[in-house]
Amino acid sequence: MLQGYAVIGLMLITAILMGSVLLLLGRLVRPYRPTPTKLQPYESGIPDVDPPKTRYTPRFYIVAMLFVIFDIEAIFLYPWAVSFVPLGVYGYVTAVVFLTILLAGLLYEWKKGALEWV
Amino acid sequence: MNWSAFISSYIFAFIVLNVMLGLMAYMTYIERKVMAAMQDRVGPNRTGPFGLLQPIADGVKLLAKEDIVPKNADRLVFLIAPLISFVLAPLSAAVIPFGGTITVFGHDVNLYVADINVAVLYVLALGGMGVYGIILGGYASGNRYSLLGALRSAAQVVSYELVLGLSLVGIFILSGSLSLVEILNAQQQPLTPFGGAIQIPNWYILSQPLGFVLFLIAAVAETNRAPFDLPEAESELIGGFHTEYSGFRFSFFFLAEYINMIVVSLMAATLFLGGIDGPIADGVWWLAAKAALFLLFYIWLRTTLPRFRYDQLMGLAWKVLLPLAVINVALTGLIRLWGLGLL
Repeated sequence: MLQGYAVIGLMLITAILMGSVLLLLGRLVRPYRPTPTKLQPYESGIPDVDPPKTRYTPRFYIVAMLFVIFDIEAIFLYPWAVSFVPLGVYGYVTAVVFLTILLAGLLYEWKKGALEWV
Repeated sequence: MNWSAFISSYIFAFIVLNVMLGLMAYMTYIERKVMAAMQDRVGPNRTGPFGLLQPIADGVKLLAKEDIVPKNADRLVFLIAPLISFVLAPLSAAVIPFGGTITVFGHDVNLYVADINVAVLYVLALGGMGVYGIILGGYASGNRYSLLGALRSAAQVVSYELVLGLSLVGIFILSGSLSLVEILNAQQQPLTPFGGAIQIPNWYILSQPLGFVLFLIAAVAETNRAPFDLPEAESELIGGFHTEYSGFRFSFFFLAEYINMIVVSLMAATLFLGGIDGPIADGVWWLAAKAALFLLFYIWLRTTLPRFRYDQLMGLAWKVLLPLAVINVALTGLIRLWGLGLL
């Protein structure tokens, strides 16, 4: 098992090396001639007006929060699903109660309009 | 540590990495050819016979292009982000079983890089990590289209990753394992209903049809492909998170996208279609054929369906697919309990 992770770690290092080598190889053949106009951010030809780190809609934050809640739900379900047979009916009822509570939460969010993108 | 097994696994890992890159290059060629055929065009046909050298020409061209770093960019993050996407994409292939154990020059070689007991979780975790490449790239570009594209992409990928994760819980209930090797083994024994008169394969697509459909939809959205390619919606966001990228760094994002498509197809073939299991001569060719079906399905979708609107996309994930996935889990559990004779 640990050996599997060791091989994956080595594979990660190999992939990083391969990517870096490709980029360095490109450095030998590609031109580098920056001009002020070329370094402007792309704005469909309109000059850049305000700094780009502008505000964005809070809906992204809501999605992030919802994701954390439901991702933890999924992570809790995984061990239960793997040991489904030993846990039997008791485990199933527990899981369904857990799912029902979370689905009720989702319905509440839905009613409150957290899932609307208008 | 068993060094000879370690070294043979590593050699296989190296082969998998390179095969992934080669497949990815020819996936772009096949996609262009198939799309051309569907749209009554010819497609690339100038470089080599039938345009077969087109991916190489594209690679050389991208390698020789100037690598522009815009003046607003957060330089270090801008340079590293594509590498994150590129490095993480082929790592998922490490846990996919391409076959059993074979003997080469007197050594036993496993046709998978690693059999870890949380393989599916590992693939999902890598998918989640892939978001970093996109969001860091978009954020560091110093361009508001890129930032918006990156945010959209992050929100989309996390929403659909939930559905992807939950759609597989049914399989874990049936197989009792998160390891892809064991899930594959669980599908090898054919079912013999009606007293053994006929044999049908015990593939999970038959016992988990709803899970399969959910997985398929979520996988297309997770890899940012049409009709869910909102992050790179050309008509509204120019290019999305990779607007400011050029040259080989730009191609890294595309390498990652195509490798993710291939990995997801291999995953779908292994989880739902019995992987290397076939009617005659089990082997990696069956896995390849099944994965190819999914890849053609991707191209077919791209040429057929228009792009979703963003509110429709998020609504589909949270209001339709997520409740369906939860219901699928509850139903699968109930049927499994009945099958075990516990009800």
